[in-house]
Amino acid sequence: MTDEPTFEQLYAELEEIVRRLEAGDLPLAESLTLFERSAALVERCNALLDNAELRVRELTQGPGDVPDTRPFEP
Amino acid sequence: MPTQDILSVSQVTAYIKSLFLMDPLLPDVWVTGEVSNFKAAASGHCYLTLKDGDASLKAVIWRTAARQMTLPRDGDAVTAHGYISVYERDGIYQLYIDRLEAAGAGRLWQAFEQLRGRLAAEGLFDEARKRAIPPRPGRIGIVTSSTAAALRDILRTLAARYPLVDVVLAPAAVQGLEAPQSIVLSLAALNRWSAERERLDVIIVARGGGSIEELWAFNDERVARAIAGSAVPVVTGIGHETDFTIADFAADLRAPTPTAAAGACSPDQRELRSALGALLARGLATTAGRLEGMTVAVAALEARAALASPQRGIARDRQRLDDLARRGGLATAAALRNRRAHLQGLARQVAALDPNRVLARGYAIVTRGDALVSSARQVAAGDPINVRVADGAFDATVQG
Repeated sequence: MTDEPTFEQLYAELEEIVRRLEAGDLPLAESLTLFERSAALVERCNALLDNAELRVRELTQGPGDVPDTRPFEP
Repeated sequence: MPTQDILSVSQVTAYIKSLFLMDPLLPDVWVTGEVSNFKAAASGHCYLTLKDGDASLKAVIWRTAARQMTLPRDGDAVTAHGYISVYERDGIYQLYIDRLEAAGAGRLWQAFEQLRGRLAAEGLFDEARKRAIPPRPGRIGIVTSSTAAALRDILRTLAARYPLVDVVLAPAAVQGLEAPQSIVLSLAALNRWSAERERLDVIIVARGGGSIEELWAFNDERVARAIAGSAVPVVTGIGHETDFTIADFAADLRAPTPTAAAGACSPDQRELRSALGALLARGLATTAGRLEGMTVAVAALEARAALASPQRGIARDRQRLDDLARRGGLATAAALRNRRAHLQGLARQVAALDPNRVLARGYAIVTRGDALVSSARQVAAGDPINVRVADGAFDATVQG
């Protein structure tokens, strides 16, 4: 597992930012900072989609009944 | 004269009919027998008699039901489902058939209906139990045969629609005697993986199309209970559009095919990209609106107190907003203004090139034959020329 945020996390943050922007009760400077953040989030989401390649693994039974996975070869 | 009420034939027949309707067995019955006297009427309705060694039963298949079944022939051993009621005009009772199977298949459907009824009564299929499928899952489990077309269809669909998703496959036998147990074990393995290792957002249970016998593993009670009991939401995609299995009823979502199941678990990335753009546009619109309002307010202040510096601050913020919008690929109001000004400039240039407008200012177009005369060297004394001005043309001769 990595600490890179997932698409879903980025998307959720973006939705939250737009919700806060539309609430309209933020100081202008903060609105601008948030909008800047939202533009960066959209860029990152698009980049994730651009570079995505479907990853498929299959479940295997490791030693001692411990489940594991290996890349799936169709 | 009798002392009790005297009934008409209609009244007694209606009474007998009501007895049939109230009976616990006759409104929903499976009957097995041999077909005889089968007749398809021009109306589309079919009439037949079911027989065994000792008795016969008249039967009807209405047109709408007949259209959806393979019609029997005399001598066929069938199992029919329907209700038994009275046909008042002839004073007979008959079986109104809504489903008809070869005798063996009929037993399968009987088992199917019994199991479905039992599990439904238990609440296993209740809508309240159904969980929502996350719109953008991070990780999907799949239970299906690792060699079948169904898996290829699912993976191809996911790769095209939402390649960000992480797939964990738990291969299972999907037909034959061992299939139910195999499906149950794979579901359990994925649930364990989700609980102990990596969270799964949804599990697809799939199988491509096949005969009723080939799909039968998905009408097994163990499979239905494993699906209903899965901690991870389950989407089924079993067979074709017209196949309904017990597993489908137990699932959180039933998709008509494996491909449709993959589609139900994944957003289309094209739609996702436009949704991202729409979110950004909403953020821009509201932020730009704030700035616009602020500019007006500042202008008012400025008018009153001649405060210049906040206006510069606003201008700087607007510039910053435009920069951001450009990064997001959005046309800003300013960019649109620039584009419109540019278009207006172009329109003026085009208008300036219009020959009629040039002529209106006192210029003339001179031609000799078909050639435009743009140089004094093109003509000599005595040449006939044509001169065109704003409101007409005339011929002339070059003097020298």
